[in-house]
Amino acid sequence: MRMPRFLHAWLMLGPALLLLAAFTHVPALATLWHALFSTPTPRRPAVFVGLNNYAALAEDPIFWQALWNNLLYALGTVPMSIALALAMALWVNGRLRGRTAMRIAFFTPTVLPMIAVANLWLFFYTPDYGMIDRLTRLLLGWGPTNWIGSQETALGAMMAIAVWKEAGFFMIFYLAALQAIPPSLLEAASLEGASRGRIFWRVTLPLLGPTTLFIAVNAVINSFRLVDHILVMTQGGPDNATALLMTYIYETGFRFWDTAQASALTGVLLAVLAVIAALQFSLLGRRTHYR
Amino acid sequence: MSITRRAAIGASLGALAASPFLAAPAVRAQAPVELTFNYPIAVGGPIARIIDGYCDDFQKANPGIRIRQVYTGSYQDSITKALTAARGGDAPDMACLLSTDMFTLIDEDVVVPWDGLPGAETSWMGSFYPGFMENSRTGGKTWGIPFQRSTIVMYYNKEAFKAAGLNPEVAPASWAEQVEFAQKLTRRSGDTVSQWGMQIPSSGFPYWLFQALTTQNDVRLMNEAGNQTFYADPKVAEALQYWLDLAQKHKVHPTGIVEWGTTPRDFFERKVAMIWTTTGNLTNIKTNAPFEFGVAQLAAGRKPGSPTGGGNLYVFKSASEAKRAAAVKFARFLTEPERAAQWGIDTGYVATSPEAWETAKMKDYVAAFPAAAVARDQLRHAVAELSTHENQRVTKALNDGLQAVLTGRSQPQPAMAAAQAEAERILRRYRG
Amino acid sequence: MRTSFASRLGLTLETAAAWLLALLWAAPVLYAVWAAFHPTGYATRFELTAPLTLQNFVSAWDAAPFGRYFLNTVLLVCFVTGGQFVLCTLAAFVFARSRSRWMSALFAIVLVQLMVMPDMLIVENYRTMRALGLVDTVFGIGLPYLASAFGIFLLRQTFLQIPAELEEAARLEGCGPWAILWRLYVPLAKPTYLAYGLTSVAYHWNNFLWPLVVTNSVNTRPLTVGLAVFASTDQGIDWAIISAATLLTAAPLLLGFLLFQRQFVQSFMRAGIK
Repeated sequence: MRMPRFLHAWLMLGPALLLLAAFTHVPALATLWHALFSTPTPRRPAVFVGLNNYAALAEDPIFWQALWNNLLYALGTVPMSIALALAMALWVNGRLRGRTAMRIAFFTPTVLPMIAVANLWLFFYTPDYGMIDRLTRLLLGWGPTNWIGSQETALGAMMAIAVWKEAGFFMIFYLAALQAIPPSLLEAASLEGASRGRIFWRVTLPLLGPTTLFIAVNAVINSFRLVDHILVMTQGGPDNATALLMTYIYETGFRFWDTAQASALTGVLLAVLAVIAALQFSLLGRRTHYR
Repeated sequence: MSITRRAAIGASLGALAASPFLAAPAVRAQAPVELTFNYPIAVGGPIARIIDGYCDDFQKANPGIRIRQVYTGSYQDSITKALTAARGGDAPDMACLLSTDMFTLIDEDVVVPWDGLPGAETSWMGSFYPGFMENSRTGGKTWGIPFQRSTIVMYYNKEAFKAAGLNPEVAPASWAEQVEFAQKLTRRSGDTVSQWGMQIPSSGFPYWLFQALTTQNDVRLMNEAGNQTFYADPKVAEALQYWLDLAQKHKVHPTGIVEWGTTPRDFFERKVAMIWTTTGNLTNIKTNAPFEFGVAQLAAGRKPGSPTGGGNLYVFKSASEAKRAAAVKFARFLTEPERAAQWGIDTGYVATSPEAWETAKMKDYVAAFPAAAVARDQLRHAVAELSTHENQRVTKALNDGLQAVLTGRSQPQPAMAAAQAEAERILRRYRG
Repeated sequence: MRTSFASRLGLTLETAAAWLLALLWAAPVLYAVWAAFHPTGYATRFELTAPLTLQNFVSAWDAAPFGRYFLNTVLLVCFVTGGQFVLCTLAAFVFARSRSRWMSALFAIVLVQLMVMPDMLIVENYRTMRALGLVDTVFGIGLPYLASAFGIFLLRQTFLQIPAELEEAARLEGCGPWAILWRLYVPLAKPTYLAYGLTSVAYHWNNFLWPLVVTNSVNTRPLTVGLAVFASTDQGIDWAIISAATLLTAAPLLLGFLLFQRQFVQSFMRAGIK
């Protein structure tokens, strides 16, 4: 009985493990290994440099700016998209008029490829005759604003697009979770005279815990990964105001072709994500243990 | 399909061993040479159709050669794809990539110079405008053949000129005049500006447009060997000060970063009366400008000037002798004067040889549409686009400095000094 | 009386806020609809009398072989999602049932993939694909994504919630591990499959860089690579044609969601584990 079971387990695990190793772990380890060497060129083969590539990063002001920008970006987009996703889900799950149309509106950004839609956003952000400037002029009497062309607003503009792209996607998961809550629970609470707000905080929100964990993990990873719109719209500019770790890795790896430095950057990104993941699992995971 | 292809490659390798010469009739009869040709546009669209046509025509004329064209998107995507493939041992045989990628491709050791390839005569390589060859040669060798090339020109709104009391046939000729014109063309209502005098895009690759200003201020940004930059030259900071002053002091240019992609649209919307952009925009502007527009050479500072831009044809090292010979044939075919002329007319890119401009069809075209010749005439003053070893990184140092100044983060002098220090750090090891 | 008024006011305000947000979210698409159906000149001018045209769709459709790209994308997404379901289910099943410390360690190693950005491994993976002869195949685009730590994690999490008694009962009825997996675990994990499938489809529908690098021909390239025609801004942006292309390529997914959203959400609910 023990042998076949063991065999079954490896038969089931085998394909996934093989592919994971071949396309993630081996190349990732190779990447970290390469970070300990200089970038090889046909004229200069790679030499072992120890932690020099990391030391070079520590001295690189653009790296620090990208890291800082990325933390701001994560802090801005993660809670915002989760909060909006929850609000959207509550609204389209409720009794509001036209919730089908709303569902579609919220979900639309998910199916629009970023590479195309970033160009439409360019129109929204265009100074003077762009959509946002038209609205701010009409409603607030503001003059033209160079949204993506000035240091102060560029990162915020990129964050807004990320939230727009993600919130509707996360809404779907909240919506599913909300619909799975037995109505009897809510009715019982309501009969006891609890207000809507109270029901939300005491009943609904705790039940959404696992979903929130799922979404939070996704949102954090995305805040370090989804940079297509930045590559299309600002390429990290002006003067690195919208540079994030991933755009800087992309730039270092595929524009500068400095693979060793890019590998070191990847190492840093891995470390950052590992720390965040550990925090997340221990904080959220503990509270939402439902086994 | 893949079996026949593999068989064809095997056969061509066999044939190669038997005879080093492509032209040998026996070889041609049995095994076509397949040439992979990467081209930096996306599939479809008018230019892809033109390139497809060239490939078909070439194959008809040369039955021994098959061109397999691969469209690789933007220039950036194209170099990414070419180098990724080369590192994976699967480089194309020939590709059109930015002229400024020359040093990168040499440093990666993936290309060979055209000199010495069978059929690449000096007379042919010397038949192009010298302005274009500056970015195609280094160390006495020719690495790129100019093909999809462009330069910067000024487009201006003739109606706005008339409204401002300016002669619509005369564009500003000097920096001072440029400011003066721009002041007349800037229209304000209260605090807000309804029409800017001029704008120079500064998103993405501001160094290219800035290089026009530095050239006009009579200073070079790099040496020919591509291992030294001169960002800290006082004349560079002076050129930057001029750009900054247009926005800050004279208030005739929008502040902050001006988006490259929306600049033509700003022009159509009459938000700006004079713009700088690539000659490659000529067809776009001709089709979409709702008013009469003029095309002019850029105004001169101490002297006139503009950098060239665009893509060259490269041959990859991994290509066999037979493929290299085929690549020369194909490149010569693409750059024949008649074809180059038609290419220029169809696309708005600058035909790269003087002979092309001497053809009857080009003369007729220029007679009917004189704006087309502005870029050619400006070529006399053109310099090579900024290109060095570790080009992207050295260029980024300048880009960051420029954007820092234009967004008010820094002043020209210190910003350029910092950019130079960074470039120096990178380039030091390429010297001596 | 006052509370009822307040709650009605609250509801009205909430409805207004919801609608405002929906409008904001739909704005780019609404704009795309405007720009796509009017001549280029009206892309930035909003006049009710602007003439309507379908020319932008014609030009966009002609600009790249979108029909073929569409087929490729659908094939890719089906292949990847299907493959992920199978592989991740099997792996998650083992991880969920095992109590061994070695298995936990292995699981932790698997989870590392959550944090590794596949884009960073392009050069290495290209080399592998070439060695396998899979460059320029839809199979090659999808293969690196088939085994997904995210999928394994999600499914394991779901499988862990399935009461042990159920499995015990199934075993007493004589079910082997494969039957237990197929008859018990998979049906109960339906909402997870839906949620994960959605993530996966959205990701691969939008993925750009890897497909661009690993494909060469029209027969394998997905939609995003086709859309890049309009994204390179060398000659300025033509919003009318980009809008038309965006709508063309997103329409099938949007339509699908429009038609099936009710069933979609309900199937989440029906399969809900209580």
